[in-house]
Formats: sequence, C-alpha cells, structure tokens
Amino acid sequence: MAQIILFAPLIGALIAGFGWRIITEQGAQWVTTGLLFVACFFSWIIFFTLPMETQQIEIMRWISSGTLDTYWAIRLDRLTAIMLIVITSVSALVHLYSFGYMAHDENFRHGEHYKARFFAYLSFFTFAMLMLVTADNLVQMFFGWEGVGLASYLLIGFYYRKPSANAAAIKAFVVNRVGDFGFALGIFMLFFLVDSIQFNDIFAAAPELSETVVTFLWSDWNAAEVVAFLLFIGAMGKSAQLLLHTWLPDAMEGPTPVSALIHAATMVTAGVFLVCRMSPIMEFAPWATGFITVVGAATAFFAATVGLVQTDIKRVIAYSTCSQLGYMFVAAGVGVYSVAMFHLFTHAFFKAMLFLGAGSVIHGMHHEQDMRNYGGLRKKMPYTFWAMMIGTLAITGVGIPLTHIGFAGFLSKDAVIESAWAGGGAFAFWALVIAAAFTSFYSWRLMFLTFFGKPRGDKHTHEHAHESPTVMTAPLGVLALGAVFAGMIWYAPFFGEHDRVNRFFGIPTTHEAVEETGGEEGEVAEGVGVGAAVEELAEGDVEAAGEAVTEPTDEEHAEASYAAPGEGAIYMSPDNHVMDGAHHAPTWVKVSPFIAMLLGFGVSYLMYIRRPDLPGKLAENQRPLYEFLLNKWYFDELYNAVFVRPALGLGRFLWKRGDGGVIDGGINGIAMGIVPFFTRQLGRLQSGYIFTYAFLMVIGIALLITWMTIFGGAN
Amino acid sequence: MGNLLSLTTFFPLLGAAILALFLRGDDAAAQSNAKWVALATTVATFIISLFILFGFDPQDTGFQFVEDRDWLLGLSYRMGVDGISVLFVMLTTFLMPLTIAACWNVTHRVKDYMIAFLVLETLMLGVFMALDLVLFYLFFEGGLIPMFLIIGIWGGKDRIYASFKFFLYTFLGSVLMLVAMVVMFSQSGTTCIGACPEGVTGLLGYNFASETFPLFGIQIVGGLQTMLWLAFFASFAVKMPMWPVHTWLPDAHVQAPTAGSVVLAAILLKMGGYGFLRFSLPMFPIGTDVMAPLVLWLSAIAIVYTSLVALVQADMKKLIAYSSVAHMGFVTMGIFAVNQQGIDGAIFQMLSHGFISGALFLCVGVIYDRMHTREIDAYGGLVNRMPAYALIFMLFTMANVGLPGTSGFVGEFLTLMGVFQVNTWVAAVAATGVILSAAYALWLYRRVVMGDLIKESLKSITDMTGRERAIFAPLVVMTILLGVYPSLVTDIIGPSVENLISNVETAQAAYEPATQIAEIQE
Repeated sequence: MAQIILFAPLIGALIAGFGWRIITEQGAQWVTTGLLFVACFFSWIIFFTLPMETQQIEIMRWISSGTLDTYWAIRLDRLTAIMLIVITSVSALVHLYSFGYMAHDENFRHGEHYKARFFAYLSFFTFAMLMLVTADNLVQMFFGWEGVGLASYLLIGFYYRKPSANAAAIKAFVVNRVGDFGFALGIFMLFFLVDSIQFNDIFAAAPELSETVVTFLWSDWNAAEVVAFLLFIGAMGKSAQLLLHTWLPDAMEGPTPVSALIHAATMVTAGVFLVCRMSPIMEFAPWATGFITVVGAATAFFAATVGLVQTDIKRVIAYSTCSQLGYMFVAAGVGVYSVAMFHLFTHAFFKAMLFLGAGSVIHGMHHEQDMRNYGGLRKKMPYTFWAMMIGTLAITGVGIPLTHIGFAGFLSKDAVIESAWAGGGAFAFWALVIAAAFTSFYSWRLMFLTFFGKPRGDKHTHEHAHESPTVMTAPLGVLALGAVFAGMIWYAPFFGEHDRVNRFFGIPTTHEAVEETGGEEGEVAEGVGVGAAVEELAEGDVEAAGEAVTEPTDEEHAEASYAAPGEGAIYMSPDNHVMDGAHHAPTWVKVSPFIAMLLGFGVSYLMYIRRPDLPGKLAENQRPLYEFLLNKWYFDELYNAVFVRPALGLGRFLWKRGDGGVIDGGINGIAMGIVPFFTRQLGRLQSGYIFTYAFLMVIGIALLITWMTIFGGAN
Repeated sequence: MGNLLSLTTFFPLLGAAILALFLRGDDAAAQSNAKWVALATTVATFIISLFILFGFDPQDTGFQFVEDRDWLLGLSYRMGVDGISVLFVMLTTFLMPLTIAACWNVTHRVKDYMIAFLVLETLMLGVFMALDLVLFYLFFEGGLIPMFLIIGIWGGKDRIYASFKFFLYTFLGSVLMLVAMVVMFSQSGTTCIGACPEGVTGLLGYNFASETFPLFGIQIVGGLQTMLWLAFFASFAVKMPMWPVHTWLPDAHVQAPTAGSVVLAAILLKMGGYGFLRFSLPMFPIGTDVMAPLVLWLSAIAIVYTSLVALVQADMKKLIAYSSVAHMGFVTMGIFAVNQQGIDGAIFQMLSHGFISGALFLCVGVIYDRMHTREIDAYGGLVNRMPAYALIFMLFTMANVGLPGTSGFVGEFLTLMGVFQVNTWVAAVAATGVILSAAYALWLYRRVVMGDLIKESLKSITDMTGRERAIFAPLVVMTILLGVYPSLVTDIIGPSVENLISNVETAQAAYEPATQIAEIQE
C-alpha cells in the first residue's frame, strides 16, 4: 500500500508529461488527479491503521560503497503517516482546484499546451515530497529534499516568458542549495561518526554522540551539537527561516495552486519535519536546539512585521507562512516535537485554504494581485469570502480561551506559545505573542481590503469579477473542514496527556508523566468532549495501543522503561519536561495569544473599516520604518551587495587576471617563446606544429628505448 | 577468446584502414560511406567490448583477459583489465558511436575526420588496457596526435592558438613523466606494470625507495617516491586538468568541433584520473601520502575558482569547460582521500561526467549547428520553439548540478563523503561548489532556453531532429540509470578499489618517516 502511495504520483507525472499527446491534456489532468486521490485514500487508511512498531519496507539497493550501504526504502511511523495525509490530501485538492485555475491562463498564447506539463510537475513534486517523508535514511531524504527543490524550481518558473518568474526560480534553487550545503555536511558528519546513514543506526548512536568530541573545521565540538546544527541549516533553507528566507516571497511568481501546495502546506514544512525526524539527535544537542528556538522566534517576528505592509495578496500570505514556520521551529526547538507537527498539520489546512482562496480572488479579478485594487468583493464571491473568513479565523487563532474549543490554529498555535513559555525563555515567548498580534492584524487587513469597503481600482475588472467555478470552491470547502475541526479532533494525541501523545507517536510509555498531569486530566477531557466521537478514530489502532501501554508498566522496570532514542516516531528525553510545563502554564500565558489576537483585530478594524485614512497617514508619519518594512528589512539588497555582486566580480577577476594574466601569462610566456622556434624550423612542412609534436614524441621514445637496451636489458 | 582486448582495441584501427585504403573521392556519396563505415566500426567495437564486460569477474581483483606477447626490441606487449580500468574501456566504446553520429553534418574532409576519430579510439582504449610502461606511454601520448588534428583542422577560427596551447601543456607534463619512467625502469629493471611473467615483480608490486634525501638544501620527504610521484603528477594534472594548469582546456574546447569536445571532455580527461589510480597511488604510496594534502587543496581551490569563473562566461562552451574543470576537482579530491567512498566516488564521477559533459557539449552542438554561434547572448527563449531540446538540456543541467537521482549526484556525494573523513576543511570548501554550480548552470539555462523568443534570428529555429534525439537517448538512459541504481558501477569497481586501498595503506603503514629523518641527521 505504501508503495502505491509513493509511486502513483510518479506514474501520473510520467504519463502526463510524456503521454499527453496520446491521452490529450484533459486525459492527463484526470490521470494525475485520479492517481492522487487514490494515494490520498490509501494514506488515510495507513494513518488510521498504523501499528505501534515502525515499519521498514525495502524497495531496492541504492548507493553502496564500502561500509556505506543505502537502500530505497519506506519508513512508516507516525511522523510519516502525518506527512502522508497532509501531502496527499492537499495535493489531491490542489490538483482538482487547478482544473479551474489553469483552465485559461493569460500567460500562454492561444493554442499553447501547458496544462499537462503543469499537472505533471505537480505530481512529480508530490512524488519527491513523499520520497522525502518516507525516507528510511538520510541520503534518500536528501533525494526527496533536492527533488522537491527541482519541482519548486520548475513550478516557480512555470511562466517561462516572465523574467521575474525565471529569476525567482533560480533564486529559490540556489538559496535552497545553501541550506543543502549544510545538510550534506551534516550527513557526512553522521556517516563519519556512526558509519551509517540509516535512521535506526543513527538514533541508536545518539546518546554516544552527545559524549563524543569531534574536530570540525577550526575547532573541537560536541558531535551531537554539530550534527544538529548542520542539519538545521538545511532545514533553514527549505523552510525559509531567517537569513535563508529571501526566496519564499519571490516564489509567489509561480501559479497560485503551486503556492498553496509547495510554498505553504508541504515543501516548506520539510525543515520542520527534518528536525522532528532527527529528534533523537536534537534531544542531545541543547545548544543547537536553543539556536533553532531563537531562529524560529526571530523569523516568526520578522516575517510578521514585513507582512504588515505588503500590498500583494500572495506576498502577505507568503510572509505569513514564513512566520508560521517560525512557530513550528520554536516548538521543535524547545523539544515539543509533537506540537511542532501539530501546527504543521493544522497550518497545512488553513494556509492551503488561504492560498487557494487568494487564488480564487485573483482568478475572479483577472490576475490582479494588488489588494489596493480590491474591495467589496464579499458579495461577488460569497463562497470564496466564507472560505477565506474561516481561514482567517483559523490562522489568527479564534477560540474560547482556556478550553479546547476553537479553530485549528487556535489550538495548535496556543500549544506552541505555551511550549515556548515553558521551554524557550522570554525572547521566544514574547516574540511569538507579538507575532500573533501582527498575524491577526495583517490577516484581517487582508480580509478588510479584499472583501469589505468599496471597490477600488479598475472599474471594468470589478464589473467582471465573478465567483470561481465549483471545481475550485469545492476543495476550499474540504480544506475549511480541516481548518475548523483538525485542531479540536487531534488536540489530545498531539498535545494532550503525555501518555496519549506517546501512544500516538508509537513511543513505549512510562507512567510518571501521567501522575504529573493527573491534575489536569479533567480539563483536558472536558475540552476534548466536542470531538470525542471522532477521536477514537484519530488514535488509530486502539487495541494495539492499549497493549503497548500495559506492557512496560512493571513497577520494577519503571526506571528502565523510558523509551530509547529511535523507539517511536519522535524522541523526548527523560529530562524533557517542557510539554508538562506547557500544560501547567499560568492562565495569563494561556490567554495571552488570545488577547494579542483581539488587539490585532481591533487595530485592523480601526484602520481599515472605521478610519480608512489612517494607514496612509501612519505610513507618511513613520516613513523610515514603513520603507524598512516595505523593503523587507533590505535583505535582498544586502545579499546582492555582499554575495551576488562580489561573486561575479571575483569570477571576472579570476578569469581575466588569474587565468588570463598570471597562469597563461606565466606559462605561455615561457612556452610560447619556444614554439615559434620550432615552427620556424619545421615551418616548411605542412601544418608543421602537428609534426613537431609527433617528432618530439618519437624522439622521446627512441631515447627511452635506446637507453633501456643499453643499460637495462629488460627481463 | 584470448585476444579479446586486442580485438577491441584495434578493431577501430581496422575501420580506419579500410577507409584509408578503399574509400576514394570526396563527393556526397563517399562522405556518406565514410560516416557509415565509421559508425558501423564503432558500434561493432562496442558490441565486442560487451564481451569484456560480461566476462569480467568483479570479485577477482587481479588483471583479467591478460595478453602477453614479445614485441620489438625485447619489449613486451601486455594488456589486461581490472575493476578500475574495465569501465573506462566501456565508457570509451559506448561513447564513440554517439560521437561519430554527432558529426553527421561535417562536410570538410570527412574521410580524414572519421579516420582521426577511429585512430583516437584505438589509442584511448590502449591507454586503459596497457600493462607495460612503454606501451602505456605510446598510447597515452599517441592519443594526442589525432586530437591535435581534430582541433587543428576541423576547429574554430582560433584553432592554431588552441592547439599550440594544448600541445605545450600536455607535452611539458609528459616530458617529466618520461624521465620518471626511465628512472623507474633503472630501479626495478622491468617495464611490466602488472600480471607479469613468472619471476618478475611488476611495478605495481615494486617498492620504490622512499628514504628522505636532501636536494638543493631541501629535505625531500618520501625521497625517490615523492620525486617520481611529482613527475607523474605533472603529466596527469595537466591531463585532468587541475588548477592551475587548466587554462588549455577552455581554449581547446571552444575551438574544437562538437565531436572533438565530446571526446575530449568525456574520455581524454579521464586518462589523468586513471593515471593517478594506476600509477601514483599504488606505485608511490609514500609519495601519495606526502603529497595528498596538496592535491586535496588544489582540488578544493579548483572547484571554487573555476565555478566562479564559469559564472561570468559569455561563451557556452567555455562555461561548460570551466564546469568540467570543477567536476574534475571532485575526482582528484576523491582519489587522494584514499578511502573507499572517495575512490569509488572518483571513478563514478569520471564515468558520470563522461555522459553528462558529453551530453552538454552535444547540447551546445545542436544549437551551434543551427545558429553558428556559441555566444549565450545570441540565444534566449528557445523553449518556445524547441520543447524537446529544452527538456533534454534541463535534464543534463540538473545532472551537472548533481541532483540526486542523476548520476552526477552519486559521484559528487561519494567524493565529498570520502574527503570529509580526511579533511573537513577541504570538504566544506569543495561543497560550496555545489551552490556555485547551481548558480552558473541554471543561469546559463535561463539565458539560453527560458524567456520569450524575441530575437529575429531565432524565429525559425527548429527542434531536434530524429538523429539528434537518438544520440541523446542512450545518454539520458545512462544518466538516470546510474543515478537510481549506482550499484551497477560500484559492484564492479568496489573489490578492485578495496584491494588498491589496502595495498596503499599497507605500504604507508610500513613507512616511518620520523625515524628516517633522525637517521639522516645523525
């Protein structure tokens, strides 16, 4: 079954890419979409029937050299299963949505075929992403990692006539390569230390790594720290974290369904997935995880500030994505991997929905993307409006404080913020809370500018604005379900009692945690009441889970019954009490994101509904700050000045001066002085220089042989 | 089939002889005949060589299919292949038919052109099979003559300068190698490399003196071995080519005709790497030990330096040539890491680069044939009229960048992994080449293929013909096949490489330079 999930998209991509002339573009669309829905269906089955034990399915040998032995293999555990449903569900819906969105694309001329290519790319991306999450070793993961990079490159540059799209595509690939550089070094380091790149071997060796000192570049380091750090650099690139984030906003040059699938729901979360997957190493690397927390928090804050002033609807959502990824990294950094995955999971639904909603608006507005030219679209696009409204309610985190009833983002984001409070220190906590206020502000700003007020901009466009076809609104409806209910249904397995979480992630449990959280049980149960019926389902194989709980509870073995690294999908060391700490966070902490959300909403309402003149005045008064934010903190300009231009300059210098001046000048100066001499001597012969060479060679051999016959007498 | 190796090696020469003796005239029919004869010869050679591949036993780390005959002047003619050389033989026979097919449009002195390529094939095959020093030298140096003619007669407008440069660099290196060979013979009393007759220790097993001695006041650590190592290095480093003796390559590539570039990049460069593996490592293990850090650093510099230079090229062929130098940097780096991943990776990288760089030069050839310019700025938006070309070029661009799933990845990855275990600095510096290669390769692709088709001159350009597609098809298959299932290669080379490494390590372990230096000082 796992093989079908994995290869169905690849087969679809190949059929659509190479066979569309035979099966027509329509056929190609149906084949890819159909196969994706099959994969999606199987993924949910796997999700619900996942056994406790991690499964490994070998497919084929891959690279083997000496002690390095890698296989194409599928690793099935809870982490994989979560990613499977996220990827295949969103991908299937995006495929469906693209029927409508890509129907008449103005970037292509009449009669040009582009749809089959688009669907082939989408399916290929899905395959690469599935490879990434099902990998059983780091090299296969790297395959998926770079594969999604290729797909992203192809799809960002899909409108190949647009220079801006081409530039953005290259930027995305190259910046990602910077991250991959770190990732690759991390893999080399692990192989050097563990002599294997299989996850099982690496996880088993994790405790040992934390006590190993290794020399890397200029200094000696703790092995676990340096590995965790290098792998995180890879994650920073893929997940657009601060310093390596510049490609993500530009990636919006791609068609909007691509933004929803790749640059919101799936690919960009690969970094978070990597950190969670490597949790056994991360747990032994306190400095590296501290760094992850800080970078995540800084990104969440930074991206939110930039999102405040952007006017392109897609860029607002792109920065919002960047910011939400920061939240996930904070959760992973403080050691509550389940919450990182929780936010990844819910975010996939509501962010994909926001993007697809934005796509619907753009589609209806004839590819106008500037929000300053929207306004009052509520009436013209009612379905889209409600979908976007649900998405906004989800991302801003609307819910009933101190209960577990609310939109998906309410539950997962609050869980992240509570975890940050418990394990991340003041900076992470406050950065996230402030970012939550900003998130609320820019999300509502987007809603108000787009759907409320009076129509602005081109009158003609507004007259022709229309609701999108059903094939586009239907996926929005499905995602809306996720955005509303995903948080409530899956709260307990991701962030409930310790035991529950352990069972969900296949970790052999201990009972200590239960005692600690005992006081809170009532509260949890109460909150979960809403989704109680569905919850049974969410847990998957209840029986197997039950057995696993009873097994290791021997009083005698209480001490030894902590899970070892590698048992279960994630690993939390016995000293990691952050999740319990988060459960016991004081009320003001639990309420703070809610207040931040209200604040953001209030200010937004004031500025864009009550006093629409305020934003302009504020921008006028605070010109430098406004410019600073509008220009995204000038990162692009800085990188251009520090990296791009010097690299080109250095290249030119090395070429002209190094190759041309020093090397050629030096060697040719000596050599070319001799050559004319020979050519003069042999110039009478036709094309003399060739004979020069042959002649010299023959003389050489003659000398050699003569010398040998005289002195050596071979044998 | 006791003569399988000789048959493979000299079969192309037979084709060349037929062309030279029996083909008359220079009309269209004669030209066509010449091409067909050459194509048939190379295809037949490939088929013959398949018998070598299928008869080869990877587990046997010695030489196989050995031929030993007396030759003139008391020298002997000795051929054989082992796990290190057998795939280079296959690479050569595999690529030659494609090369011949790629020069179907040539009209100038077609017969001579075909003869040159056929003779070249014989000489290249000989290099990878020769097991005698003199024989090796003959093949190694002899190969330059046809290449020289190919550039000099069928090349671009600055072909004279390019061929001079080619000649000078390679010749100066070879002179030193020749001297070293003489010394080796005087020391060991044999020119036999391996699989020698009874009672003779081949050069592969000979222990060259490694006592440190002073020269012009400098203590030469590793003594004679280091000196010999350096002499061979001079020749192979130019051949690879390594920084800073690489500057002949871009010029040679730019001036060479398409098919010449393909052979140069895909096969001739590999002789340097093969030489390191056949001579430098096993015969001078101490010299290798002493000089390896230098090579590692030269390689790392080469990767970064040439990648930066590739970034600013305006000529497509030059850009790909510089990228070749960078990729060869991974090879030398892997070889002198002297561990399984490093050397496996280096051999893999050489084979893979044979397919990828060959294909990239063919890609340039396709549009050069149509527009007669290599200037990047003369193109743009080709995807509009040449979708099939865009796809193929994309594939090989990605392979060049080392995308996993293509053969380019495996070589880069393994060599970096090998080097990382030896020197993390070199690995880290070299790994930045992975970023730079993405930059220059994708930028090239963007400028040539992407964008709108605005230039008037390109409005009527046509997509690839059936012949062109047929040439690329085998390369596409190999690039992806080796990327997805690289064990096809590593299973064959693995045991021989393992054997090589253990020999080198044994020799190095027995050597204690510190005590010897102390003795000298006493």
